[in-house]
Amino acid sequence: MSVTDISNVNIRSIETEKKIQRVQDEQSFWLNLGPQHPATHGVLRILIKVDGERVLEAEPVIGYIHRGHERMGETRGYAQFFPNNSRMDYLGALTYNHGYCEAVEKLAGIEVPRRAAFIRTITSEYNRLSSHLLWLGAYLMDLGAFTPFIYIWEERELINDLLNHVTGSRLTYSYNRFGGVHKDIDEQFITGSRAFIKRLRKRFKMYNRLVTGNVIFQARAKGVGAITVERAQAYSLTGPCLRACGVEYDIRKKEPYGVYSEVDFDIPTGQNGDAFDRYMVRFLEMEQSLRIIEQCLDKLPDGPYRNEQVDQYLAPDPGEVFFAFESPRGEVNIFIKSDGTRIPYRMHWKTPSYSNLSILAELMRGEFIADVISIMGSFDLVIPEIDK
Amino acid sequence: MSANIEPGLWNWLAYWLSPEILVAIVGLLVVIVLITVNSIGLIYAELKVAAHVQRRPGPMEVGWHGFLQPVMDAVKLLGKELVTATAVDKTLFIIAPAIVILPLLVSFIVIPFGEKLIIRDLNMGLLLIFSFSALNVVGILVGGWASHNKYSLLGSLRSVSQNVAYEIPILITVMSVVIMTHSLSMQGIIAAQSRIWFIVIQPLAAILYFVASTAETNRLPFDIPEAEGELIAGFHSEYSGMRFALFFLAEYTNMFIVAAVFATLFLGGWRGPILPGPIWFLIKVYALVFLVLVARWTFPRLRFDQLMTLAWKVLIPLALANLLVTALVIKLVQ
Repeated sequence: MSVTDISNVNIRSIETEKKIQRVQDEQSFWLNLGPQHPATHGVLRILIKVDGERVLEAEPVIGYIHRGHERMGETRGYAQFFPNNSRMDYLGALTYNHGYCEAVEKLAGIEVPRRAAFIRTITSEYNRLSSHLLWLGAYLMDLGAFTPFIYIWEERELINDLLNHVTGSRLTYSYNRFGGVHKDIDEQFITGSRAFIKRLRKRFKMYNRLVTGNVIFQARAKGVGAITVERAQAYSLTGPCLRACGVEYDIRKKEPYGVYSEVDFDIPTGQNGDAFDRYMVRFLEMEQSLRIIEQCLDKLPDGPYRNEQVDQYLAPDPGEVFFAFESPRGEVNIFIKSDGTRIPYRMHWKTPSYSNLSILAELMRGEFIADVISIMGSFDLVIPEIDK
Repeated sequence: MSANIEPGLWNWLAYWLSPEILVAIVGLLVVIVLITVNSIGLIYAELKVAAHVQRRPGPMEVGWHGFLQPVMDAVKLLGKELVTATAVDKTLFIIAPAIVILPLLVSFIVIPFGEKLIIRDLNMGLLLIFSFSALNVVGILVGGWASHNKYSLLGSLRSVSQNVAYEIPILITVMSVVIMTHSLSMQGIIAAQSRIWFIVIQPLAAILYFVASTAETNRLPFDIPEAEGELIAGFHSEYSGMRFALFFLAEYTNMFIVAAVFATLFLGGWRGPILPGPIWFLIKVYALVFLVLVARWTFPRLRFDQLMTLAWKVLIPLALANLLVTALVIKLVQ
C-alpha cells in the first residue's frame, strides 16, 4: 500500500466519522432520568444520551439534597451532631452513630464499657441487615419484581420493632452516646433477637429459591455492569461493590472497631464484579451479620452499658482524629479537628455512595436503558449520603 | 301518500331488523357491558391476587372484602380531569385511546361463549381476531407519539417492536392447529375437539401460544413498554382520567380475548361435562387469566433485547418446527 493510499483512507475515514457523528447527533437524544424517577430512589438525576435503547453517554447530576452536614457539624456541639448522622444515611443510621462515637471517643480519649461495645456492634449489624434487606427489595423492584419488596418489609418490620424496643425509634436512631449507649438491652430484646435470627435463616432459603435461582433475574443481573479490580480501585469503590470484584476489603476486618475483632465472621467476595455478584455479596453479608449478632449475644458481658463520667457536652483537647468504619454501603472516613472548644473546628466525611457513584458514567456507556436501571439499583446508592 | 311510504319503511325496517342485525345490535350492547364487567372483575382479581401473593389482605374497605374497590376506582377516574399537555398533538392524542379499544370490540363478534352463544360464527373467525387485535398496537404507537414525551415515545416504540415480534410465533402456532381442523371458524375448531382437546395433541403449541400471547398483552414478565422502573408508565405516561382508563380497559379486554382464543384452540372451548357451555368457557378463560396474574406478581421483567431474542431465536424456530412436524404427521396419516 502506497503512502497516498493511506492518506486517502485516512481522509475518508475522518469524513465517515463526521458523518457517523452527524447521524448520531440526529438520532440520539438526551433523556432525563430523575431527579423524580421511580428508579432513582431519591433525588439523584442521571442524564443519559440514548440512541434508541442504547446509552451513548451518561452523566450523574448530584446536589439536589445537599444540606451542609459538615458545616452543621462545625457550628454545634459534638453530641448535637447525632441526629445529622441518621439524616446522612437514613438506612445506616446506627452504623454512622457507632462510627461517629468511636471517632470522637478516640479524639477525647474516652473509655467505653465492654457491654456498650457489644451492644453497639449488635445494633450496627441489625442496621446493616435492615439496609441490605431494603436494598434487596428495591433492586428487585427496579427489575420489575414487586413481590420481594413486600416480603422483605416483614423482616424489616421485625428489626424495626426490636430496635424500637431498645433505641426508641425506627429509622433515625440517635442511640449511641459518648462512652456508651443511651439505654441497656434487656431480656426481651435478646429472646426476640434469637427468634428473629432463626426465622430469617429460614426466610433466606425462601429468598434463594424465589430470587437467586430465578432465570429472568440471573439474565438481568449476570454480566451487567461488570467492573474489573483495576477499575474499581481507580475509582476508589468501597463496600459490597468493591468486594464483588474479588477484593477482600472490609474495615470490620482490616481495622476492627467495636468488638468485631472478637467475633468470627467471613468477608464474602465475588469474582466478576457484576450486578449479580454485588447481589450475592450483600446476600451472604446478611448471613454473616446474623452470625455476628448471634456471637455477640452469646458473649454479651454484664456490667455498665454507659460510662457515666463522660460529659456529653465535651470539649476534647486540641488535636485531630481520623476514623474509618464500615457502613452498609462501604467504608466511611471521618476527620475531626478540635481546637479545644465544645464545637469541632473542622469536620469532614468521606461517604461510600459518593465514591461509588463516580464509576456509574463509565459503566453505563454503551448499555441498554434497562441495564442502566439494573446497574444503578445494584449499587445501593443512598442519595442524602452522596449530597451530604 | 302514506301508502306509498309504508312499503319502503317496512322494507327498511325489515332490512334493519333482520334477525342477524338484531343479534349484532344486542350483541354489541352485551359486549360493551361484558368488557366493563370483565375489566372491573379482573382489576379486582389482580388486586386480590397481588395481595395474596404478597401475603397481605389487599383492598378490604369498599364493599365485602373490597369487592367494590374497582368500581370506586372507575368512578374516581370518571371524575378526573382529562389533562392535555400543551405540546401534544391534540387530535392524535384524543383518538389514540379509541384506536386501542375499538378493534378489541370487533374481536368479540366471533368469540364462542357457547354452542349458540356467539354473535356470528364467521368462517374466518380466527383470522378476524388476529387481524383486529394487531390494530391495537397502532393506537399505542399513536398515543406514545402524540404525547410528546420521550418516555412515552420509547414505550410505544418498544410496544410496536414487541408486538411485531410476537405476532409471528402466535400466527405460526395457530397455523399448526388450523391445519388439523381445516377450519378458521371458531365453532369449527371447537367441533374438531369433540373427542380430545388439542392441548394433549399439541402441548408445545399451547405453551408457545401462552408465552407469546402474554408478551402480546404486555404483561409482566414482558411488560417492557410500560416498565415503571425505566419508563415511568411508558406510552400512557401523559394520559389521565377516562383516556387512561381506556388503555387500562384495553389491556384487560386483550387479556380476556387472548385467553378466550387459547381456550378455543387448545381447551375445547365451551365443551365440558355437566355444566352448561358458557360456564365452562368462562371457567377456562379465567383460569388462564389467573395464571397470567400470578406470573406477573412472581417474576422480574425481561430486558428488551432478551425479549427479542426469545421471540426470534426461541419461539419462532420452535413454532416453525412444530408446524412442520404437524404437517408431516397429518400428511402421513392421510
